[in-house]
Amino acid sequence: MIGRVAILDILKLPDQRLKQTSEPVTAFDDELRAFIADLEETRQDGPAAVGIAAPQVGYFKRIVIIDCSTTRKPVPNHGHLILVNPEITHWEGYEPGREGCLSVPDYTGNVIRATRIHLAAQDPQGQPVAFDMEGYEARAAQHEIDHLDGMLFIDRVVSRRTDLFKRKVYQKGGKK
Amino acid sequence: MANHWYMLTLIGEDKPGIVAAITQALFDQGLNLGETSMLRLGGNFTIMMMVNGTDDEYHLRTQLKPVIEAQGMCLHIDPIRARLHEHLLPNIQVTVSGADRAGIVAQITAALATAGFNILDLESDVAGTSDEPVYIMQIAGVADVPVESIDQSMAELRGKGVDINVTAVDTYIG
Repeated sequence: MIGRVAILDILKLPDQRLKQTSEPVTAFDDELRAFIADLEETRQDGPAAVGIAAPQVGYFKRIVIIDCSTTRKPVPNHGHLILVNPEITHWEGYEPGREGCLSVPDYTGNVIRATRIHLAAQDPQGQPVAFDMEGYEARAAQHEIDHLDGMLFIDRVVSRRTDLFKRKVYQKGGKK
Repeated sequence: MANHWYMLTLIGEDKPGIVAAITQALFDQGLNLGETSMLRLGGNFTIMMMVNGTDDEYHLRTQLKPVIEAQGMCLHIDPIRARLHEHLLPNIQVTVSGADRAGIVAQITAALATAGFNILDLESDVAGTSDEPVYIMQIAGVADVPVESIDQSMAELRGKGVDINVTAVDTYIG
């Protein structure tokens, strides 16, 4: 079945649904893959985003898409990734970097993220996949997975003045 | 009634409760806030805030007088154009650190301006001790030229006991 791909509406702050925790995907069917096609179309629409998470379009399942292969300056990346039920199983290092969000227009801020992560997920067919990510791509995964837990980057923004003195490893929302 | 935007600049000795008292007074007068910057600079609390309301400058000043005096602050008011929702995205950041010496900010920012770098945000601090002060500065800005040419513009200033890092800011949007 090939349906028409649609651009979905992005939920924007202060929409409280962005704070909702998303449920794991259990059915790896055509409906899931049709939704993923729409999500991808939405990611690429307008000012194209590097990543997008399902709850940003009001679909509260654990699905994210990231693609760090098109940055101005190339960064280590695994290309276009559709990650279903992603889970970060290892964190290392931390660094500040600037982030913005389709759900928070006209605002960017510095966020501290783990520099290197190990991530396990499933692909749209339900097959297990795993990646070691670093830098910008690791940031992308952490930002998008936060959406699945109802967390926005604005909940994590720090001032540059603060980063300078911050010496604590950052693991909130991840490893307990 | 006409709607006005003002930039209010307030400075006073730091103590707890300044922000709460000032913003409550503004709210009570029916004034709204736009973008603000509030921070402690060397024991002084400094506030710059965009304020919107129907008051003219004279009434604004008169109404705020009691709270300004109670908080021991100085107030300065400028009428402004608001231009909200027009944030520019920084694409280059410059971090500077080194032994504190006269002229460091002027020299670096002059070289940056000549290179075509527009400063959006600059924070600087004096760290270290009173015997050996260290100057630390972080600048975020935009330039249409490559990061390498901004980096190059700093070449002459390096090696004078100042450490200067120029890096591209790749904002993650997701």
